Amino acid sequence: MIKSKDLVETLKEHEFVAGFKPEYIDRLASMAHEVHFDRDQIVFREGDDSSFFYLLVSGKVALEVTALGRVLRVQTLREGEELGWSSALPASGGKHFQARALTAVRALALDGARLREACEEDHSFGYAVMRRLLQVVAGRLQAFRLQLLDVYAPEGPKSA
Amino acid sequence: MSAAAAVDIMAPMEARVIGVEKETHDTFTLLLQPEDGSKLSRFAPGQFSMLYVFGVGELPISISGNPEERDRLVYTVRSVGKATHALITRAPGDLIGVRGPFGTSWPLADSRGRDIFIVAGGIGLAPLRPAIYHVLRHRGDYGRLIVLYGARSPQDLLYRKQLAAWNFVPDTQILITVDYGGLSWRGSVGVVTTLFRHIRLEPERTTALVCGPEIMMRYVVRELLLRGVSAEDIHLSMERNMKCAVGFCGHCQLGPYFVCKDGPVFPYSRLKPWMDRYEL
Repeated sequence: MIKSKDLVETLKEHEFVAGFKPEYIDRLASMAHEVHFDRDQIVFREGDDSSFFYLLVSGKVALEVTALGRVLRVQTLREGEELGWSSALPASGGKHFQARALTAVRALALDGARLREACEEDHSFGYAVMRRLLQVVAGRLQAFRLQLLDVYAPEGPKSA
Repeated sequence: MSAAAAVDIMAPMEARVIGVEKETHDTFTLLLQPEDGSKLSRFAPGQFSMLYVFGVGELPISISGNPEERDRLVYTVRSVGKATHALITRAPGDLIGVRGPFGTSWPLADSRGRDIFIVAGGIGLAPLRPAIYHVLRHRGDYGRLIVLYGARSPQDLLYRKQLAAWNFVPDTQILITVDYGGLSWRGSVGVVTTLFRHIRLEPERTTALVCGPEIMMRYVVRELLLRGVSAEDIHLSMERNMKCAVGFCGHCQLGPYFVCKDGPVFPYSRLKPWMDRYEL
């Protein structure tokens, strides 16, 4: 386990907090702890009510979905990215994908419920967090839309 | 252009197939040797040839080989129709008609001292491979070489062994992603633009070379502009229905340009008004 000062330094280097005020970073750090996952370890399963939202510090994680009896990998996340963002939102209905560590993974885990409370208590802090979270979600949405177009298909992109 | 020169440019020269290498389930690399020496095989990275399968048809195909290898012509061809199928099913010893090379090239001479940032999608890596060969051959003339490559699936990746080897060259970074990956694939899954988060661009000293499906290139351009790369420093290889290859027939017109003659490589600053238009 890293010390809290080191944890703040680790958090400061993460893209999620780029542009955050130092006190916001300290507040996030106060509710974060470091976690490790081994290669092939399941971080969470589809439908899990896991309340953690992760900031990946090193390693790679695959998002997977089970369909027609097989596992499909739909996205890979790596250092500098965010995992489990739905935990930061209320009543998300469980995880939509399974997350599996593809390599040894180091991450900072934030409890979603605590994060939401902190956002409610201080709306300026909450706005900074939610604005950043929205950027993450918007980026994922755009990427998935492009993925759905299947632009490399032999017959050309699918019509929208 | 004189009538004699026009006839000369329209007459294919013979080249013999000396090898056919399977890249993926539908993509093959053809190795050709010109029958009359090396005249055909002098090309600049980014240019294309017209390949004629006698009795079947003629196709524009980007040159994907090493520009330093003057004794052969190399083309990577994806089978998508009758003529491309005929091309990839040629056997060693068969003759193919070749015209060219044609078109504009990647601006490598003007990019000395700069970082070369390559984004390729699918078969779009083929016309970029000569540029990679060039930069690696003249490594000291350029800054960092960064290649982002996206494909549909791990089975659709081209030149896998080469890509793996290039990653070990100093100041060279190769990042690969696929849109759909199975359990055995431990690399990245996601569209090629998702890789931008993992590279550090220095926009003032970056020349970007991009080739892939046009939709992909639009989103790549957007990411590059967001990161401060200027429209003049972004170069795209365009694909249109090229027939004559010399700007006579007009089949490949894109706004005021003929892609065969004015392209296929264009700076984005010239293409911008024409890329998003319907019916072009």
